[in-house]
Amino acid sequence: MTPPFHAARKTELFGFLVLAAFVLLVLPGVVDPFRLNLVGKYLTYAFVAVGLVLCWGSAGILSLGQGIFFGLGGYCMAMFLKLEASTPEATKIQSTPGIPDFMDWNQLTALPAFWEPFHSLAFTIVAIVAVPAALAFVIGFAMFTRRVGGVYFAIITQAIAAILTILIIGQQGYTGGVNGITDLRTLLGWDIRTDSAKTILYFVNAFLLLGVIALSIAVRSSKLGRILVALRDKEDRVRFSGYDVAAFKIFVFCFAAAISGIGGAMFTLQVGFMSPSFVGIVPSIEMVIFCAVGGRNSLIGAVYGTLLVNWGKTTFSESFPELWLFAMGGLFIAVVMAFPNGLAGIYKSYVQPLFARIVVRPAHRRRPVGGGKTTPAIAE
Amino acid sequence: MTNNDFLLSVEGLTVSFDGFKAVDDLSFYVDPEEIHVIIGPNGAGKTTALDLICGKTRATAGSIRFRSRELTEMKEHQIVHAGVGRKFQNPSIYEDLTVFENLEISYPKGRSVFGALAFKRDAKVRERVAEIAEMIFLADHLSERAEYLSHGQKQWLEIGMLLIQDPELLMLDEPVAGMSVSERVKTAELLHRIIQGRSVIVIEHDMKFVEDIAHKVTVLHQGRVLSEGTMAHVKSDPRVVEVYLGH
Repeated sequence: MTPPFHAARKTELFGFLVLAAFVLLVLPGVVDPFRLNLVGKYLTYAFVAVGLVLCWGSAGILSLGQGIFFGLGGYCMAMFLKLEASTPEATKIQSTPGIPDFMDWNQLTALPAFWEPFHSLAFTIVAIVAVPAALAFVIGFAMFTRRVGGVYFAIITQAIAAILTILIIGQQGYTGGVNGITDLRTLLGWDIRTDSAKTILYFVNAFLLLGVIALSIAVRSSKLGRILVALRDKEDRVRFSGYDVAAFKIFVFCFAAAISGIGGAMFTLQVGFMSPSFVGIVPSIEMVIFCAVGGRNSLIGAVYGTLLVNWGKTTFSESFPELWLFAMGGLFIAVVMAFPNGLAGIYKSYVQPLFARIVVRPAHRRRPVGGGKTTPAIAE
Repeated sequence: MTNNDFLLSVEGLTVSFDGFKAVDDLSFYVDPEEIHVIIGPNGAGKTTALDLICGKTRATAGSIRFRSRELTEMKEHQIVHAGVGRKFQNPSIYEDLTVFENLEISYPKGRSVFGALAFKRDAKVRERVAEIAEMIFLADHLSERAEYLSHGQKQWLEIGMLLIQDPELLMLDEPVAGMSVSERVKTAELLHRIIQGRSVIVIEHDMKFVEDIAHKVTVLHQGRVLSEGTMAHVKSDPRVVEVYLGH
């Protein structure tokens, strides 16, 4: 009944398969293990970018504080790993053995109560998703039921990112302060610092990312996905069509937060530490740039955008560390001004028609498809 | 005093914007299956009255009872669920979605977050959408993106989006404004068809159209009821002639 929808779905499926091949086969094939670990780190940011595609691209909710959720997921993982690394034997030179080293340095003599549950991996895995989602629910409930939106919402999320960073840095005894939680070693006895562990973690991360993208595709192609697009466009019409708009916004914001939390946890596992520098304003805005460069309406594009910007960052910041921030700002402005749909938009308007001319036309000639009057809609 | 015979009873409705009373002690009643037209000069409070009924604006004082439920205490989406549909003055549709998807979103099923996730586009939905699309002259445009529709088609689409909800009370804000002559004729015909069997409140300036459809006319002026009754009665009221119809 709605052929453009199916056509769009087919392109998305094709893009998904290409991405899967790229991430699972091409990258591990051509990149050496050290760089692969770096790519794995970049791919953890892609979780956030994918969340932003749903939140910002689909529903029009721009959050400049996604680092909050990435960080919370990462901290949950780090707390588990840190507890595992802080056995009484390993920490016997401390005045209180058995607690993380930074606590001992800060004259804590017992493990704080909120750290206790992180002895359990099952609890930790739930918390990685649930803690970011719960905070997103509180923020979303407070903001969206009061109809706070647009730039005001963006500013508030940014403020919360700043507050959380200050809180983490200030509560050094509980959080490891500005250094973060470092010196993480094993996951249930499995050493995560070896090359083979890093390769395995890369693939775990890649599969999780692909799973999250598949789930996001499902959400976007459900009626809920169309309602999000509708409310981005005409919020009042959705409200007066009998929908509780705030509930939908809260849902997508929590969903994006939960995804970001998974990314954060995978970051901790692959990089071996977590610190407040991944929580604050700058990383949060960088994540928005990844999404914008990739194309804020494309789940697949967001991944490439993340990889490209991070590759650029690593390459340029090695040679011109001062210039990088300006380059990044310039890139963001250029993308917004010239290519509002990012890489995905460039692909759609330049590369895809080229493909279509080469591949699709002969196919059409052989097998004329019924419902010709829908063709103009596809071309759009 | 109970008004259970009325579908909608608005009593003592007042809204004040920083001291300016856009609607001032307004009372009127709508019977089941009544076509009630609200007319009046610009700034009389017509659109504000609709905003108050559908919950877009909150009343400062007064009550709005719909089938003996108090609407002033309900949220917008609950008012819709109660059976009140509202069409806005400017065509308010989802430009990035197709005509089919526009109608589908308005289909009254899967309105909760998880309901929407689990919503299936089954045969019943398709049939209903096709039926409505036929009625609003857009059967050939189902897979077109709504932004490419003409102004008149957008108005029809929004009317269709209300129809698919099958509301008991339909509120239309200037449904024929900004249309070409042929679109206007078609729209009038469409409205005649869809207002059967339900109560309708219409705001309209087109007197010919009003005369055609109105069972009852309320004339508003500066937030208050100036005159009320049949079209013939209102037309002969000297106060109405002075402030509105005279020019």
